[in-house]
Amino acid sequence: MDDHDILNPRLDRRGMLMRCAGWAGTAALYTVSGGIISSMGLDAALAAEPRKGRTRPFTFLQISDTHIGFDKAANPDARGTAIRAVERIRALPIKPDLILHTGDITHLSKDEQFDDAKQILSDLGAPIVFVPGEHDFLDEGQGKAYLAHHGQGTLGRGWQSFDHDGVHFVGLNNVAALKPGGMAHLGDDQLAWLAKDLAPLSASTPIVVFGHIPLWTVYEAWGWGTDDSAQALALLARFGSVTVLNGHIHQIISKVEGNVTFHSARSTAYPQPAPGAAPSPGPLKVPTEQLPSMLGIRTARFLRGSEPIALIEQTLA
Amino acid sequence: MILFSRAYRRALLLALLAAPPVTLIASHVGAALPARPQTVAIKMFAFTPQVITVAPGTTVTWTNADEDPHTVTATDKSFHSAAMDEDDKFSFTFMKPGEYAYFCSLHPHMTGKVIVKG
Repeated sequence: MDDHDILNPRLDRRGMLMRCAGWAGTAALYTVSGGIISSMGLDAALAAEPRKGRTRPFTFLQISDTHIGFDKAANPDARGTAIRAVERIRALPIKPDLILHTGDITHLSKDEQFDDAKQILSDLGAPIVFVPGEHDFLDEGQGKAYLAHHGQGTLGRGWQSFDHDGVHFVGLNNVAALKPGGMAHLGDDQLAWLAKDLAPLSASTPIVVFGHIPLWTVYEAWGWGTDDSAQALALLARFGSVTVLNGHIHQIISKVEGNVTFHSARSTAYPQPAPGAAPSPGPLKVPTEQLPSMLGIRTARFLRGSEPIALIEQTLA
Repeated sequence: MILFSRAYRRALLLALLAAPPVTLIASHVGAALPARPQTVAIKMFAFTPQVITVAPGTTVTWTNADEDPHTVTATDKSFHSAAMDEDDKFSFTFMKPGEYAYFCSLHPHMTGKVIVKG
């Protein structure tokens, strides 16, 4: 099977345009004509020569905000839509090497929700790596339940790093010990660890940072940002290619800042309003038939180390 | 907060059983009398009213009307609710005069304050 199948027909136009907006000025990976990225350009990109050197092209997948346990009006069956997302992952023509879950695995950090999520997210054909969302850290023990289920092999409050085929992945927790009036928070201990973790890497190492709440300020009034992210970004500034993937805001928004590209992902559970488009950021009710088109998963493909990762957004429609 | 007020009632009962001077009992009862329960709504990611002024001994009850869970967490950690799902309630009885700032530990941009005035 070729790459074409991965895009067709569920790659939605809005996602592509958002991605285009996110990449403006930094990458000529896709050809744009009249504001619409042509599938020829996309095919050509995916058929591009493998990266030179020790790395090869590979794909990984991002799933986010499954909110297992959510059953309210915005989606009475968040469990069902998570299963639908998993079916999409299993049907991918190109198997991802690994899967990142960028948090809010559960809705209320209950043991049975963690167990249910684990069962739903099993047999994906690739290892899955988690970072917590604030919904995974709201038990009485403030994260004890999450760490009991997903803390193995991680440090501190669940942060971690690993290398895959020449790419350095860093998973962060910015949902613990939040301060009144503030936004998300990494904390000095995690930042100190990050500095040590990145220190031995050469500047040409592609970096993928994944965390739950955006590491750039999307909308401060709703707490959509991380108050000490500037310190993390300073540590990442010397690297040629940094991709930051997050969830939390249940919609695709991208931003480029120097060598860093930021991308928030869709949820598999329910959409949220665009920043400032509603009085509050709560679950957004949309007509039932419209819901699947606002939920989704994301495939990321590495081409060459010097270029941004190609992101392929897939809705559940 | 239920535990606190229970402990308080128990202390009051013990005080009564021990038959302390009448004036002391009167002062306890007097402190509890003017305290009418108060409510704060958690709605659209905000505490309403954001600032509430109450008499000592007042029990304040928060109710979450959002589909998203929230918490009521004192900035100084002196009291905190569990995560409150939609329609969940949390109550706390404020005995001592003072200002009690609190926030939602899940959405820390949500802040509120209880002012206890004697």
